[in-house]
Amino acid sequence: MGQGTRDKGQGKREKGEGTWLALAAIVCSLFVIGGSAQAQPPLSEPRSNTEIVLKQPPSPPDGFVPAGDLLAREQLPAAPLVIGAYAVAWVAVFGYLWSIWQRLGRVERDLAEVSRRIAAGERR
Amino acid sequence: MKRLFTPLVVMVAAMFAYAPIAIQRAPYESTMGLVQKIFYFHVPSWIVMFTAACICGISSAIFMFAGRKRADRVAVAAAELTVLFGLIGLITGPLWGRKAWGVWWQWDARLTSALVMWLVFMAYLLLRKYGGAGSEKLSAVLALFGMANVPFVYWSVNVWRTVHPKTTVVMSLEPSMGWPFLLCSLAFVGLFALLLASRVRLEDRRAELDELYLSLGD
Repeated sequence: MGQGTRDKGQGKREKGEGTWLALAAIVCSLFVIGGSAQAQPPLSEPRSNTEIVLKQPPSPPDGFVPAGDLLAREQLPAAPLVIGAYAVAWVAVFGYLWSIWQRLGRVERDLAEVSRRIAAGERR
Repeated sequence: MKRLFTPLVVMVAAMFAYAPIAIQRAPYESTMGLVQKIFYFHVPSWIVMFTAACICGISSAIFMFAGRKRADRVAVAAAELTVLFGLIGLITGPLWGRKAWGVWWQWDARLTSALVMWLVFMAYLLLRKYGGAGSEKLSAVLALFGMANVPFVYWSVNVWRTVHPKTTVVMSLEPSMGWPFLLCSLAFVGLFALLLASRVRLEDRRAELDELYLSLGD
């Protein structure tokens, strides 16, 4: 009897876990579907030539124009991107310098070792 | 180059030390604001990448047709620098684009062709590393294709419709923006010359080591 009760209990637990898993899967799917629906707005066919023109992406700039005064709030969101860009450049350059230095050191050590072996062979 | 190395190191270090001040003093661009200041490192990194790709291609051609091994060593060094500066350009570009265009990446002509060119030089390096004996000639051909990409990438913004700023931007810069840009470009070119010289030296020493190994075998 004890065994049977345990099995039933385990079965219930498994069922319960299964239900939770199914619920979690549904919630995740809803999030994914919702996210992609938000990321991709429904496409609608342009109805007129004016709408086709309006839907064209803006043309790229032909030249940069310096701005006189800029609002302080404009500067804030871009700062992490600018700092990130400069940090990437410096990390890449210094990382590469370090790698050249390491490789050169290894080759110099090998050169010294081989020269020593050649000299020892000649002495014999 | 040995005599020029130390003065060039000092000059490039001074330029890079002054570059942040010059960039900070440069005016904000009217539509993009602060994020446009990425331009002062982003464009020079592409200038250097194009230069490195051309050096790699020309050296590979010399190696292929004249059989000069030293040219092959220069080509390997230049290919590595093409990948390095291309990587800087490919990372700094999306950081700028995120603010300027609202997206990290666009599969337009300029961005895609630049990525393809970078991948060609990545393939060159992978071929050199894992290609085994005879991969020098094969990679030299690949370098020629990589170099052939340079004009396409450069003019892509003028030929196709793209969100990327056109090449006219650089030539039409106002002096207040032009001087910092020129300073950064020269600093990057100087840095490239120093890195190339160091990397070629590494290849030269490797070649010496290979010869010593061969003489040890004899």
